Amino acid sequence: MGFDTIVCVKQVPDTGNITGDAMKPDGTVNRAALPAIFNPEDLHALEAALDLRDRFGGTVTAVTMGPGGACEVLRECLYRGADRVILISDRRAAASDTLATSYILSQAVRKIGRYDLVFCGRQAIDGDTAQVGPQMAEKLGIPQITYYEKLVDLSGQTIRVRRNVGNGWEILEGRLPILVTVVDTANKPRPPAAKRVMRFKRARSVGEVGGQVGKDMPQASDAQKQAQAARLFEAVRAAGMVIEQWDLDDIKADLTWCGMAGSPTKVHRVQSIVLTKEGFTSVPPTAEGVAKMVHELIVDHTLG
Amino acid sequence: MIEPNRKGEVWLFAEQEDGHLSDTSLELCGKARELADTLGVKVGAVLVGWNVRELSYLLIAHGVDNVYYVHDTRLEYYRTQPYARAACQLIARDKPQIVLYGATPIGRDLAPRIASEIRAGLTADCTDLQIGDYTDPKTKKEYCHLLHQIRPAFGGNIIATIVNHDRWPQMATVREGVMRMGEGDPSRSGQILEEKIEFNDFDMAIKLIERHREARKVNLKAARIIVAGGGAVGSKANFKLIHDLAGVLGAAVGASRAAIDSGFIGKEHQVGQTGTTVRPALYIACGISGAIQHRAGMEESAKIVAINWDKDAPIFGVAHYGIVGDINKIIPMMIKSIRERG
Repeated sequence: MGFDTIVCVKQVPDTGNITGDAMKPDGTVNRAALPAIFNPEDLHALEAALDLRDRFGGTVTAVTMGPGGACEVLRECLYRGADRVILISDRRAAASDTLATSYILSQAVRKIGRYDLVFCGRQAIDGDTAQVGPQMAEKLGIPQITYYEKLVDLSGQTIRVRRNVGNGWEILEGRLPILVTVVDTANKPRPPAAKRVMRFKRARSVGEVGGQVGKDMPQASDAQKQAQAARLFEAVRAAGMVIEQWDLDDIKADLTWCGMAGSPTKVHRVQSIVLTKEGFTSVPPTAEGVAKMVHELIVDHTLG
Repeated sequence: MIEPNRKGEVWLFAEQEDGHLSDTSLELCGKARELADTLGVKVGAVLVGWNVRELSYLLIAHGVDNVYYVHDTRLEYYRTQPYARAACQLIARDKPQIVLYGATPIGRDLAPRIASEIRAGLTADCTDLQIGDYTDPKTKKEYCHLLHQIRPAFGGNIIATIVNHDRWPQMATVREGVMRMGEGDPSRSGQILEEKIEFNDFDMAIKLIERHREARKVNLKAARIIVAGGGAVGSKANFKLIHDLAGVLGAAVGASRAAIDSGFIGKEHQVGQTGTTVRPALYIACGISGAIQHRAGMEESAKIVAINWDKDAPIFGVAHYGIVGDINKIIPMMIKSIRERG
């Protein structure tokens, strides 16, 4: 028995600590300029999946889509207890909006095959859209339960979940498979386990191994590099340290649904608004002064 | 894919619970009206529920021309799939050019499910919407009268303007409380169109077992916004001002030790070294001088607004926004501008 779960995680820029060149002129994110972290609510999604496996048995597979550096969050998943981790990485997936991203992730889930539950964090801190979870559920043709806060019951193929709807809660019941998005009040994510860190800190994707060989043997021919990379990756595989890496062909993705082509929303314009924490604004004690301040607080996400 | 339909209406999803329309729905009515007038088209509202026909009149009073009313006993309480089915069928039939949703827990659950099914673009959590043009930077092709969807991103560090020119309808969720709610004109007229939607078993796959709604309780630690009063509030009666401001913001009420020692409010509201240490997104300090013990309990707040008559009060040293003035005048101004969206 037991349940097989898939957890979708994302490496995100730490939007709490933004510096100057966060955006490229074309309006997309300049990831290189930003410190990258594990999206906070995805840690709660991972915890929900691990907790389920601890109680009922089964497996936890973590999936992320991103550049090679996103392997970092997959290692974090291994440290906390994930059984299998998969990176979806492909230049053709760049500039995907939430619709294209949810399509690509749903194709990855189809390739994984058997699953009972998909867990996603409610939303990621770089976009705060909360759209990828519900859109994946629709693409997979399964029901969604958003804002998961607590597992009420799970017996056979029937699950009962308590969800937090802001001004209250409700308990929903559905049959597996189902997609769930998890809020940060659901649980307390476990820290990395020291033993697993020691074991999995050498887990690598094929892309990471290739990149390392390129750095280590700058003078070698391509054939030599390839041979060395193949040797090293075989050692990674033998040690059970593989971060699987799939591209859009591996998941049989229709390219018209991916990347810029598959993204209906286009960034037209981006304006930076500088909000330094140290800044002090003196507000005149007038209706206009107060209204201007309230407006700024709404625009910068503080109110609402 | 739904082809651009330039004659399509501007639609909004009219969110209701227990027979009450959400404030955001009425805010959307005003914005949809404005957009539709710019485009020269009508405003439609999709109203889904059971026995809520009379809400149509409120929508019409706030600017809606056509209410598409889907009613069925199985739709009494919101569930994602049947509501999405209803909206998708109506969108596919009438091809509105714009569909707006409140960025509420319901709107943010529903809109992406619909967007995925009809393969439309969806921009989350917009703070402004305008009609404007767009030139594709690659093809140089010009598109006129598109919906400019304006939203903060990256934790509010940037403001992005998003457009969808190739897959319609153009859809957006709109942040609560940002658009102005109109007064409503009961003499406006509009049509109510009763819609029949066929549901299948899969639409009804999720069952609602139990449902609980509650007024938000005071919990300083968990509060996103705290409005706190100090000794300068002056009296227990006057502390109502603090409660009023907290009320319009959905905020928790905090207090300094001076206010608690004067008996204006209970000790459980105390913020500071001997009370609760808080880190809300917004802390509004009203008539609090800002003794070190108080500052220690709140200076980690992401944003701090301080209102005090004394320009030398130490609270201004940790504030991001400072207003030197009388809280009896400033707080009502704040309430007014928050209600009007500022």
